[in-house]
This record gives sequence, structure tokens and C-alpha cells, in this order.
Amino acid sequence: MLELIPGTGKMTTQTSIADKKWTLRLYVAGQTLKSIVARANLHRICEQHIPDRYHVEVIDLLENPKLAKDDQIIAIPTLVRNSPTPIRKIIGDLSNTERVLIGLDIYPAET
Amino acid sequence: MNNTNTLQSLAKSLTGIRGLDEITEGGLPKGRPSLICGNAGCGKTILGMEFLLHGVLDYNEPGVFVSFEETNADLTSNFAALGYDLQDLETRRLLSIEYVYIERSEIEEAGDYNLDGLFIRLGQAIDAIGAKRIVLDTIEVLFGGLSNAAILRAELRRLFRWLKDKGVTAIVTGERGERTLTRYGLEEYVADCVILLDLRVDEQIATRRLRIVKYRGSEHGANEYPFLIDKQGISILPITSLGLDHTVSDERISSGISRLDTMLSGEGYFRGSSILVSGTAGSGKTSVAAKFIDAACGRGERCLYFAFEESPQQIMRNMLSIGIDLAPWVAQGTLRFHASRPSVHGLEMHLVTMHKLILEYDPVNVVVDPISALTVVGSDKEAKSMLTRLIDFLKTRKITTLLTGVTHVGDKLEASNDEIPSLIDTWLSLRDIEHQGERNRGMYILKSRGMAHSNQIREFILSDKGIDLFDVYLGPDGVLTGAARVGQEALDKSTIVSRQHDIQRKKREYEHKRQALEANILALREEFDTATEIIESLSEEEKQRDAVIIHDRADMAKLRRADLSAA
Repeated sequence: MLELIPGTGKMTTQTSIADKKWTLRLYVAGQTLKSIVARANLHRICEQHIPDRYHVEVIDLLENPKLAKDDQIIAIPTLVRNSPTPIRKIIGDLSNTERVLIGLDIYPAET
Repeated sequence: MNNTNTLQSLAKSLTGIRGLDEITEGGLPKGRPSLICGNAGCGKTILGMEFLLHGVLDYNEPGVFVSFEETNADLTSNFAALGYDLQDLETRRLLSIEYVYIERSEIEEAGDYNLDGLFIRLGQAIDAIGAKRIVLDTIEVLFGGLSNAAILRAELRRLFRWLKDKGVTAIVTGERGERTLTRYGLEEYVADCVILLDLRVDEQIATRRLRIVKYRGSEHGANEYPFLIDKQGISILPITSLGLDHTVSDERISSGISRLDTMLSGEGYFRGSSILVSGTAGSGKTSVAAKFIDAACGRGERCLYFAFEESPQQIMRNMLSIGIDLAPWVAQGTLRFHASRPSVHGLEMHLVTMHKLILEYDPVNVVVDPISALTVVGSDKEAKSMLTRLIDFLKTRKITTLLTGVTHVGDKLEASNDEIPSLIDTWLSLRDIEHQGERNRGMYILKSRGMAHSNQIREFILSDKGIDLFDVYLGPDGVLTGAARVGQEALDKSTIVSRQHDIQRKKREYEHKRQALEANILALREEFDTATEIIESLSEEEKQRDAVIIHDRADMAKLRRADLSAA
């Protein structure tokens, strides 16, 4: 469902947003304040912008330390966007909504 | 906060890197992080990895290598070139390589975070193999991948503290900053031991150097030490005993030239001494060296020949022309050549290489031909002191060293190789003697410590039979050599012969005269005897006549009845 943006000659992908699915993984290390805040922020943003089109898996590295190596996790908390591709990492407690939206490739305002 | 355990001497962890343990007097601080900093390509990664590999192979300490730049595959292939099989060590659970991937463009920072992920990962790696050593190469990549410097700094501080708590001996590498030791000031966090690596290019010649900037609670060498990275990894040239306390030998060894041995009070050089053969180009220095080597190999002593001007093949060919065949010794392994152009490395690198080869090959005799090639590459005073160190090193190992040195025509004898002569025990000087359009070689012994030696110049002749030393002609016209000597000797000979003829003739003449006189004497003697006889007979006759007269007179008286009393 591509449309030409008037006057630019460029195609927009914006309309495809309705078809997208978000597969996300949130890596935390124990029940720390940061991880609790991050989970809450993620939930809020997803519900607001991409309700029903996302799947979040929360991984506690204290339980699965091996995954730190396999998934190249350095910072905690880290949110990994496995889809839509390319893979992106968003680190921090996700309190900066704007950065999260950019990282998730969701546009701030769908009007 | 840092004076805990000062009474207890600092525990150290041997690096196993040649030279580094000597400089640090026992290795890096055990159970603490050390910082290795330097520019790109100066050998940080190799140093770190060698520290781990020696730990694994020599000291039974498993290690974790955390790489922020090179992937496992890169590291594996790089170190395969140095003869290490990293994969094998990994499967044997002695080594673990952790490649940490950070790409800023793939990371979005949205809020507060910490580096627990990295901690968990390192903890996992350390615990999995029971690591005692860890290398973080180079952790500064984090600053490139993550933008929140405030968080990073706090986390690094926590990381180093955490490593200390874990009790692992760590090496952290860091890129050299413009004004600081490291670009991101890692030296603030790692305060115990800081080592700086440097790769300097001076007159197109690159030299690697290492310096210990600080080592809290330990003595350490403060100089810059040149080091070498080659197929065997890193080797550092440490100062080896600058004291003059090496034991000396009374043993004498032949110089390979019997006449020279005679000049050196009949027995040759002292074992373990250093000998300098100096002379102008083409004066036969290499030949003297080759003779020495040939004789030494003949005694079954291992010899190492550093050639800085000619290739081994060339030396062997040339020496064959004067009847010295070195090839069999090379084939037997008694003689080893190491040839390189002086200009390929700086002086320090040459010395490190030489140092290393000497340790490896363990020769009894060493030849450096010529040493002056090295002083040319080394431009500063420090370089010359390095040379002193090499000679000292050889002396402590009781290696007999023969150095050749080029002097230039017109140079004062004493000016050759400035500071070397004071280190030399026996100094032979080969000189060209020009006379009547001819150039000949002469040899002096300028000095030879601890032995009575000849102070005479000898003519030095190279022929297909080898080296010969001749007495020079010392006549009213001074010293003569070569054709002039031979001519003068012939002249002398003919004068002597004619003089001898003269004498013979005169002798004969007088013999004749003597014989004639003898004949005369004989004749005179006869005449004398005759005269004597005559005299005797005459006096006898006289006596008889007297007697007769008296008798006759008495008869007469008797006849005349003369008064007898009157008679």
C-alpha cells in the first residue's frame, strides 16, 4: 500500500504501519527499579501506539546468563527489536518516549 | 586507601613474556587490573593475548579474552600465525574469547541504564572456566558505542572494582590520547600499573618501545625498553646486569691464526672476552673473524655470526678463496648466520633480535660483522648505551665476542667507534700501509688486557692458503712491507753473500800466507838447530884442545925437570 508523497517523488512506508508486527525482547537483570520502570514504559508506549500488534518477551539475565553472550547484551535494561527488521537495540529505562518510538520505528503521531 | 598490605610484598603474576617479567620484577600485580596503553598497531592486543596464553600454557591459569574490536575468527587466525591454536584451547576450556559487539548506529539510548549485561557476561565467562586472568581489549570502544559518558565512567569504576573482587589479574588496553595516556582517561580507574607502548618512526625506521609509567608498590625499570614482535611473539630487551661482576675465565682460545696467537703471548684470546678487529674497508677484518670461527667450529663450539654487510653466501664464497671453508660448519649446525641489512630496523630492534637469537641458539662464540653498521643506524647516545648492554650481556654469558669495526682512511685510530673501545679486551687494528704505489696490510695489537702481547706491527697477507703474518722489514729507512720488503730482503741477502765471498777470499789469502810463514819458520828452525850444533861442537873442540895443551905442557915440564911447584 505504497503512496507517493506529493511533490517529493518518494514513496512512503507510513501506510504499511497497519500491517506491521513488533517482536520485542526486554532484557533485565533481576527485579531492579530500572527494570520495573522499563517494563512499565514499554507497556505504555506499545499500548498507545501499536496496540495488539506487538509481542514482548521479558528475559531476566540472572536466570539465563548465557543469553548475555548470545544476544550481545551489554547494557541493562535493553530492548531488542527483532522485527520489524533490521534488528535494533534500545537501551535504558525507556523513559525517553521519543527515542523509543524512533528506535521501534513507530512514528510519534498517527493522524 | 592504597596503603593496605604495604608491609606485605605485592603478589605478582608472571606474564611469561620475555623481558617483561624482568622489568616488572616478577610480572603484573596479581588480582588487580593493569593498563596497557598505546597507539593503534603498537602491540597491545598481542601483549594482552600473550599474557593469557602464557598463563594458560605455563602457569596453569585459565584466561578470558574480551575483545571489543576483533571477532573470534580474526583473533584465531591472527594468533595461528604466532603458532597458537586458540580454538583448541577454547575447547579444552582453558581459554575463552568473548567478542563484545557494539555498534552505535544500532543502538538507541532511551533513559537510564547500567552495564549489568557486560558484568553478567564477564562473570559467566570467568566462572565457566575458572579464569585467573582476563584481558579487556580495548574497553574504550564502549565510549564509541554508547554516548552517556557519565554512566560509562561510573560503570567502569564499578567494573574494575568488581574485577578486583573477583581476584582476577586483568589487563585493560586503551588507545593513546593526545595529551593523556588514554583517550578516555582510563588511567584514572586503573591506578596500580600502567604500561605504555610506543611505535616511533625515526628516519623511516620504526622502533617499538615499552615503558612502565607507574607500578604502585613495586620497583620497576624506568627506562624505555625496545621490544620486538615476530613469529615467536613479543620479546623485550631488558637491562641485563649493568654491574661489572661477571666471572672471568683464564682459559685461552686460539685466534685461528697461529702467528697471532704468538703475538698474544702465545696462546690467543681469553675465553669470554670481547675482541675488536678494526680497520679500513678491505683490510681483512672478515677474514680474521672467519679464521676465528673456523677454529672455534673445529673445536666443536657453536658460533653465531651476525652479518650486516654481506650475505652468508657471499661471506662463505669469499672465505673459500682464502682457504676457509665455512659451509660444512653451517651444514653441521655448529655455525649459524644471521644476516640483515642495518637499515631494516632501528638499532634497538637489531639488539632485541640479537639478544633473542643468542638466548635461543646459545652460542659459545659470537661475531658481529661489522658493529659499525649498527652505530650508523643508532643516532643517539642512548643507542650506544644499548650496544654497551649487548656486550655486557655477552660477557655475562661468557660468550667470546669478535666484533669488526670499519674505520675510515684518515681517521685517527682512537676515533673508531667512539665508545666501544673501553668495553673491548683485545683490540686488533688492521691498517693499510701505502708505500711506493703499493698497498699492504699491517696488523697491530692495540691492546690486550691481561696478557703480555707484542707491540710490533706485522704484515698481514691473505692468500689461497689462508692468513699469514710476517715480520715487517725494519731497516734504516723505516718499516717496509710487501714488494718493498721482499726487495729489501733480497738486496740484503745479496750484500751478505758478496760480503761472505770477500771474507772467504781473504781467509784463503791469509791461509796461504800463514802456510808460507810456517814453511819459513820450519827452515829457520833447522838453520837455528844447525847453528846450535855447530856452537856446541866448537866449544867441545875448544875444551879438548885446552886439555891437550895442559897435558902437553906437563909433559914438557917433566921432560925439562922443571920446578913442579911453579906449575
